[in-house]
Amino acid sequence: MMWAGVLVACAGCYLLKLAGLSLPASVLQDARVQRTVPLVPVALLAALIATQTFSTGHHLVVDVRTAALVVAIALVLLRAPFLVVVAGAAATAALLRLI
Amino acid sequence: MFTGASQFALVGVVVAGGSVWAGAATAALLGSRNVLYGVRLSSLLDRSGWKRFASAQFVIDETTAMAIARDSIPESRIAFWATALAVFSLWNLGTLIGALATHALPDPRALGFDAAPPAAFLALLAPRLRAREPMAVALGAGVVALVCLPFVPSGVPLLIVAVLVAIFGILRSRG
Repeated sequence: MMWAGVLVACAGCYLLKLAGLSLPASVLQDARVQRTVPLVPVALLAALIATQTFSTGHHLVVDVRTAALVVAIALVLLRAPFLVVVAGAAATAALLRLI
Repeated sequence: MFTGASQFALVGVVVAGGSVWAGAATAALLGSRNVLYGVRLSSLLDRSGWKRFASAQFVIDETTAMAIARDSIPESRIAFWATALAVFSLWNLGTLIGALATHALPDPRALGFDAAPPAAFLALLAPRLRAREPMAVALGAGVVALVCLPFVPSGVPLLIVAVLVAIFGILRSRG
């Protein structure tokens, strides 16, 4: 079941890319498509950040991950490289759990 | 599946206890931006015969950015394939190392690894927030996801957010 889901996701992601190279440009230059598609990753990434930081199972929680996110935001504002942002957040959570 | 944010999202939903199908739907929705990248690239790449099918797998943020920044079609094609080769090989090598290393790590939480994915998503999100509308969409999406979270199965808040942002985008493009 797990691998079936993974394979379906792989096929879906590939077919979306192929569609971009194959569909007539007129379909994809529709104002609604141009306006909506760039907003989808913005909304989903924000929702992923929120749910993975502020929840455990079905409960809303504030724990060391909140501090890690604050550090990550600061590092992003300082234009730190991707790996520094990720490592900084992980290190913050690890250090706070040690205390 | 060669599109990083989608990989992270699928794993994230499953780890949080969601069904693999909710994870797969989220991964595909995150991959929808690659459709627009394909449109940008379709005038630059050689799409004859099998080359279209081979190129499609490598349509991602990085290859698109490198290809459209070039001044001529031959340079764009070189940039696309050089970036594709570099990112594909190093990304999958990193994934393999990670998969093998998990057995050597006792408790990922003690190392703060549960705080790493949101930071990675943030780093992917930040370059897309250069205007007021995406900033508002991001904040709204975060709030909606948290409000839904206690009441629906894991992974479903992301799908609710996807539906709402689609409605938002369509309504905005009329006005």
